[in-house]
Amino acid sequence: MHHLLFAEAAANPLVPKTAELIVGFIAFTLLFLVLRSRVVPMFEKAFAARTEAIQGGIEKAERAQREAQAALTEYNAQLADARGEATKIREDARTQGAAILEELRTKAQEEAARILASAHSSIEAERQQAITSLRQEVGTLATDLASKIVGEALEDQVRQSRIVDRFLEDLEKSK
Amino acid sequence: MGDRVRSFQFSGEGFVPPSTADFNLPPAFGHSEYTTKPVFLVFLSIIVVSAFFIAASRKAAIVPSKLQFAGESIYSFVRHDLGEEIIGHEFMRFVPFLFTLFTFVLTNNVFGIVPFLQFPAMSHVGFPYVLALFSFFIFHAVGIKKQGLGKYLRGIAFMPGVPKFVYILLTPIEIATFFIVRPLTLSLRLFANMFAGHLLLLVFITGGDYMLHDSHTFLKILSPFSFTMGIGMTFFEFMVQCLQAYIITLLTALFIAGALADEH
Repeated sequence: MHHLLFAEAAANPLVPKTAELIVGFIAFTLLFLVLRSRVVPMFEKAFAARTEAIQGGIEKAERAQREAQAALTEYNAQLADARGEATKIREDARTQGAAILEELRTKAQEEAARILASAHSSIEAERQQAITSLRQEVGTLATDLASKIVGEALEDQVRQSRIVDRFLEDLEKSK
Repeated sequence: MGDRVRSFQFSGEGFVPPSTADFNLPPAFGHSEYTTKPVFLVFLSIIVVSAFFIAASRKAAIVPSKLQFAGESIYSFVRHDLGEEIIGHEFMRFVPFLFTLFTFVLTNNVFGIVPFLQFPAMSHVGFPYVLALFSFFIFHAVGIKKQGLGKYLRGIAFMPGVPKFVYILLTPIEIATFFIVRPLTLSLRLFANMFAGHLLLLVFITGGDYMLHDSHTFLKILSPFSFTMGIGMTFFEFMVQCLQAYIITLLTALFIAGALADEH
């Protein structure tokens, strides 16, 4: 049996074999070089890319959030403006309406006053006319009546006129 | 191992328990120490590890495939739990070394229970010695580079903040710790665990085999228990193999962290 020979050659398990020291050194160094050059950088690259992707995503989301916020603020401002505008327009309209109403009222009042005044004057004129015509007719009627009643012909124009005047004066006095 | 089993089967001299001699496998061919099973296993391990991690990291995709995820998990375990957490902000320089150490030891250890391979190369003390030497060289180099040779050695020999007379005791202990105990325990812990674990499996499995073939009926009946125990111990071994790979890497990281820190 071979292995018995080897067993005697290296009976103490704490004594290393030269070959194994050398092989261990070479193998470990080779593995180290391979992992360091081919594997570690690739994994690190993947980690970095992943970190970046996640951070990029977060930044993008934050940017979108900021933009949305800005748009919202702008819309709110616009809305407030529009509201103010509407209020102002309403206010103006109210004011204008009130002014128009006032104007119309004034006009109507003026018109009414004018109509009233013209009515008054026409009434007055008519009254004057009535008085004038009445004065003539009453004189004629009264004279006719008196002459008929008295039976006295009062042809004399002068005397007739005098009698009428006196009659009217009495009438005015008795008023 | 099979060779050995046959040898005592035909000897008829009763059960020969496995011994340290069982670890000295003959060369697979020729008479060279370079053609033994542990040597082949070590080379196989670096091929397996390289192939696996190159395949896993080749695409470096943001959304990893299953293979990349598996490779990344192991890598980021070493990078984060053994590098960043322990060494601190300068950890990235040491990640390739720690990663190599962890994967190299883990693979070789697990070879101890992989069918047909079934031998932990780390049970041959030469390999752990090499790893401990790397670790030893690196953590001292880091300390000297960081603090300067004088300051670094002074820090080891005369721990600051200790009364003067204590140095009589402390100085030899500290020097021994840093230059002898650390590398020795680092390698021997790994070696002894793998050695003992393999021996334990040998005991249960060759024992079961012996009981089945070469003993009385009574012992033949009991042999399944020995095999069952062997299977159970295999699972236990798997745990120990992973744990030892973790421990040697963890301790190396701790030594580097200690050398980087100004005060010991």
